[in-house]
Amino acid sequence: MKDIIFSVKDLTFSYGNSFILNNISLDINRGDFMGIVGPNGSGKSTFVKACLGLVKRQSGTVTIFGKDSGRFKQWGLLAYIPQKATSFNQGFPATVEEVVAANLYQHIGLGKRLGSLHRDKVEAALEIVGMTDYKERLIGKLSGGQQQRVFIAKALVSEPEIMFMDEPTVGIDYKSEESFYELMEYLNKEKKMTLVMVTHDTGAISTKVNRIACITDGKLHVHDADSCCSNDICFDAYGDSKMKLAHKH
Amino acid sequence: MLEVLKYSFMQRAFAAGLLVALICPLIGVFIVLRRMSMIGDTLSHASLAGIAAGMLGKFYPLWGALIFSIAAAIGIEKLRKDFSQFAELSISIVLSASIGLAVVLISLAKSFNADLMGYLFGSIIAVTAQDVLMISILGLIIIASITLLYKEFFYIAFDEEGAELAGIPVAKLNIYFTVLTAMTIVVSMRIVGILMVSSLLVIPVASSMQISKSFKNTIVLSVLFALSSVLIGLFTSFYLDLAPGGTIVLVSVAILLLVIAYKRLFRK
Ligand SMILES: Nc1ncnc2c1ncn2[C@@H]1O[C@H](COP(=O)(O)OP(=O)(O)O)[C@@H](O)[C@H]1O
Ligand SMILES: [Mg+2]
Repeated sequence: MKDIIFSVKDLTFSYGNSFILNNISLDINRGDFMGIVGPNGSGKSTFVKACLGLVKRQSGTVTIFGKDSGRFKQWGLLAYIPQKATSFNQGFPATVEEVVAANLYQHIGLGKRLGSLHRDKVEAALEIVGMTDYKERLIGKLSGGQQQRVFIAKALVSEPEIMFMDEPTVGIDYKSEESFYELMEYLNKEKKMTLVMVTHDTGAISTKVNRIACITDGKLHVHDADSCCSNDICFDAYGDSKMKLAHKH
Repeated sequence: MLEVLKYSFMQRAFAAGLLVALICPLIGVFIVLRRMSMIGDTLSHASLAGIAAGMLGKFYPLWGALIFSIAAAIGIEKLRKDFSQFAELSISIVLSASIGLAVVLISLAKSFNADLMGYLFGSIIAVTAQDVLMISILGLIIIASITLLYKEFFYIAFDEEGAELAGIPVAKLNIYFTVLTAMTIVVSMRIVGILMVSSLLVIPVASSMQISKSFKNTIVLSVLFALSSVLIGLFTSFYLDLAPGGTIVLVSVAILLLVIAYKRLFRK
């Protein structure tokens, strides 16, 4: 039986008069690795933000772990790595450990300090992304790929069950990208984490994810990964060339 | 016991000064990291209008300063929504309005006098017992707030969207932080002077960011730099009979230059 942990119904979003998303619905099952694709400017980032309540949707409901998003409280169960997460102020004087620990906010409680239990959680999250040796380093002094790992650790530290990522592999080198997908596979298969990833990465679309959501013209269509290549809507979405490229091999 | 501390006015000046040195960097570090340095100037000009209002209406000027600067703080946050793409515009508007209002009120009160100079440049002899009480109460509120909300303010400064998603009430805390900034200015202006408050918010933090190794380290170093600036500045002010605002800020700039020189020489 499918266990729907994140459900969007009839979501509509516009910036002023220009409608970006029109009556979109989407169910995400536990254990999914979902790819969100679509042309530049089609509203992929906006969709993720509207789902998470980071921009105010005009209409629609979002149900998270069975609760309406308005009454949902356990935000630690959700993680989000925004587009250009690594384009923060590079001079920000914080260590890797401090950045990751920030996301333990809900666990620590008002006015309390980081305890040894929390330090262990930070350590564990850094371990997963292979950044333990860097925890005392200033975040701005790391490479783009390393910063991305820290942001994943920051997302993981609150022990989320579902993680949203917006174009996570843009701007990192090939090797970092490869280990990124290894990590995603580990999280998805071993840790049973549900993953939702906006991507232009055609290789990933055809081999990594199990479901694909295409956003075009304000609409969203979902396919299983193996049937996507034949779908006209996705071809249209890429003006055809990119998808063909993806499915050559 | 140091000779200068025999004078009760100097005791009050030091009590107020030490509190200011502790509070300014605590607030300043978040101001600098959120690139809001202009806000200090704006709120201090609003408090100048409040001082003038107090002189005109014959009530305690620091009340005027507190009310006007908090009103300006809230005004900036409200206007920010109307100019969401140009956040700094809301600051400029409130700054212009504050200066205009201050000038009008000062001319109405015909108060361009030594008292006003004290507020503009800081003063060691003018700190009254009432000032020390006001400064202490506001100072305690600020220190308690930062201690209690440290994690929240850190998260917002680093990643506002992430903070929002983590369940932090970002919009409310932003307004509260601006109000805390307004209070900080009122606390500091007696000693440092309205014209130089924002320097003390920013410069010690700028110095510490040159060499700090973590966020905690940044705060500790900024407080140390601010304390040195205030202590040296107050002594200099006393012995050379200069306005303390100027001496304190000049010492803090000297520290900044020393730190930069140190960094160039010993770290590549
Ligand atoms: N803050 C904004 N105000 C107005 N329009 C916006 C804003 N942000 C994005 N848009 C528009 O919304 C559309 C969708 O943007 P986005 O969700 O970022 O697309 P994608 O992530 O698919 O590239 C684009 O056409 C963009 O121009
Ligand atoms: Mg995008």
